[in-house]
Amino acid sequence: MTSEPTVTVGLIGNPNSGKTTIFNRLCRSNDPVGNYPRVTVSVRERTFDYEGVTFRLADLPGLYALTTQTPEESGARDYIHDERASIWVNVLDSGNLERALYLTTQLVEMGRRMVFVLNMIDEAERKQWSIDAEALSRHLGGPVIKVNGVTGQGLDRLRATLLEMSRSEQTPEPVVIDYDDHLVAAVERVSAQIRQFHPDRMTPHQVRWLAIKLLEGDDALLRREGDHASLLEMIQQERDALAAEHGGECEMLFADARYAHVHTLITTVVDRSGVVGEPLPDRTARLDGLLLHPLLGMPLFFVFLWLMFQTTFTLGEYPMGWIEAGVGWVKEMVGGWLPTGMVHDLVVEGVIAGVGGTIVFLPNIVILFFFMAMFSETGYLTRASFLMDRLMHTFGLHGKALIPLVIGFGCNVPAVMATRTIETPRARLIAILVNPFMLCAARLPVFILFAGAFFSEHAASMVFLMYLISMAMALIGSLLLNRLLPRGAPESFIMELPPYRMPTLKALTWHMWDNALNFLNKIAGVILIGSIVLWFLKEFPKEIVWSQDYAGQIERLQATPETPARQEAITQLTRQRDQEALSNSHLGRIARAAAPMFAPLELTWRDTVAILTGLMAKEVVVASYAVLYSEEREKAEESASLKKMLSSSMPPRVAFAFMVFTLLYSPCLATVAAIRREAGGWHWAGFSVVFSLGIAWSLAFGIVTVGRWLS
Amino acid sequence: MDHSTPAVPATEKKSITLAELPAGRSARIEGLIGDAIAKRRLMALGVVRGNEIALETKAPLGDPRIYTLLGYRLSLRNDDARNILVSAV
Repeated sequence: MTSEPTVTVGLIGNPNSGKTTIFNRLCRSNDPVGNYPRVTVSVRERTFDYEGVTFRLADLPGLYALTTQTPEESGARDYIHDERASIWVNVLDSGNLERALYLTTQLVEMGRRMVFVLNMIDEAERKQWSIDAEALSRHLGGPVIKVNGVTGQGLDRLRATLLEMSRSEQTPEPVVIDYDDHLVAAVERVSAQIRQFHPDRMTPHQVRWLAIKLLEGDDALLRREGDHASLLEMIQQERDALAAEHGGECEMLFADARYAHVHTLITTVVDRSGVVGEPLPDRTARLDGLLLHPLLGMPLFFVFLWLMFQTTFTLGEYPMGWIEAGVGWVKEMVGGWLPTGMVHDLVVEGVIAGVGGTIVFLPNIVILFFFMAMFSETGYLTRASFLMDRLMHTFGLHGKALIPLVIGFGCNVPAVMATRTIETPRARLIAILVNPFMLCAARLPVFILFAGAFFSEHAASMVFLMYLISMAMALIGSLLLNRLLPRGAPESFIMELPPYRMPTLKALTWHMWDNALNFLNKIAGVILIGSIVLWFLKEFPKEIVWSQDYAGQIERLQATPETPARQEAITQLTRQRDQEALSNSHLGRIARAAAPMFAPLELTWRDTVAILTGLMAKEVVVASYAVLYSEEREKAEESASLKKMLSSSMPPRVAFAFMVFTLLYSPCLATVAAIRREAGGWHWAGFSVVFSLGIAWSLAFGIVTVGRWLS
Repeated sequence: MDHSTPAVPATEKKSITLAELPAGRSARIEGLIGDAIAKRRLMALGVVRGNEIALETKAPLGDPRIYTLLGYRLSLRNDDARNILVSAV
């Protein structure tokens, strides 16, 4: 069978219309979905084969119109303007058809080959609407297919339709929206002008479409015509004239006409006569009555958060014990099997200690992501955003920043990207810069370990306290940034609230599996390498100029008769020698160089090493401690746990300061890279590192100092 | 491009802003004023002349609020709602 050339298909639709669900279904992939507008913030492409044809499917971020301007929208819009696909699929939310068709009126004017998908058809059916697909197809000039992206109903027809379209070159007649006479006249005048600048290069349809877009004030297209000053001038005059004549802005005239067109279309193709008597009780309205209750709404949000953290911690403890036992067993098996020597030490004290020390936190992370998936899949996150907007606004944070902040509990990298939904650049920048303060899943193991080691009586409360500090610091950070950054344009809060939807088991399990896999990947990658490198840095160089002759002294002592005092002296000498070996190792030297910075925080060289390695990825902090203490744990009488070794290494107040420092200090490398990309430059990434380091150090110093006075 | 706003259209009908709409009442949208970028977003979401809009819920502190239009829920801050002129029906 010969493979035909690839056909590119673009998925376009409103935010939260289920494009990604269809995308995943067709490509058998598992990109993240969620029940809130704008889960997808950048164009994603995958391929699928059908009947010997390879389709390249592009999942575009959601759009409400072609003339709006958040960063992820312009990505989608450029994709459409550049005609990067040969067939377009317009995904429509059937339960929200009137709003969805507004974008469609802009798309059908382009005269492209287009398929219309009535997605979430079950929601329209539940409302007892009957949508006449045949009639809609006639009015839109392309096939209309009823689909349920969740069950997969209708997708075979979609595949077959795409195949059929890929084999014909036929392009449809563009749909003509009935604008009023003044608009039509203006469109014709501008069209004539465009033909002068672009002779022969465009079909009459394309010219007309461009004229409409320019009159509508499409910034991207106006910029593309930047060389044609007289055209731009003419358009401005036409816009002003139309505005003066109609007592409204030019784009408003087009919007009015489009919605009027949609309204007529809806009355023709949707039959609501099936709706008899009382409308069905609306599940969403009933749930909102409780979840958005004036008194209960906000407390409930905090109860949900508390439940999430509490469950993550307590429920995670059981499987954690099993994994710990498993790691211990592997260590014994491998340790016994390998001959003593350097390889043995590297594997046991480096690899198994580092990887094993981190992998025990896998259950916590899976549970955390289960809750995160529940929040986003049901549609509750938008409600939380709505509830918290006023309060967050007081601190200079936009309500829409709540979704990225909550995502930040999982991982700061997608969270920083999720800020793209915030329209105002300044509000978005603040949301990006405070995001690293959110306690991500990578930092959670550090706090579970430390809370268990130093505050075992109140371990769960301590972890919860860290979450509280994390949220408080995001608010305080935003307050500070609001003072620092110059004021900008007024911001608004315009957000669609989707109906509540039952999360599918498939989406939930994939969400958890995906993040578990991500964590395991990190263990196999950065943590494994980090542990090995650390072990080498710790063990070498082997040739050390000792300050005294330890070996000789110990040998001489061993020759004397056995007494408790002799034993004591030998232990003393051995410890001194080990300390000297460590401080002369590469690791010791690096830590000593950084020591002046951490000495005021009363942190030892080991803590310094852990902090430095955490700059790569925060999971490595725990692995570092595991490697650093592995040798001593071996030597201890009964194999002591890492927790126990740690608990005697510093006073609790210093441990608390260390926890706060780890919570707040410089974002990990991946997050720094995300900040550079999203905030637009290295200077913001650099600022973020310095800003968070400064806050982390000051706070930790404060805790250590106050703690010293109190004790 | 210049996004400057022309003067508020002088409406003869007695119109109020959406922020003044009492709970449970619906109104017809008469026009939009204010920032051009916000106006464009609102129009794309169906906030255009002639469409009906109703207040559904207020956030605990009275701001933002949830409105229903075209059969879906839209949340707006009161600052945004003050830029939407409506007449009660």
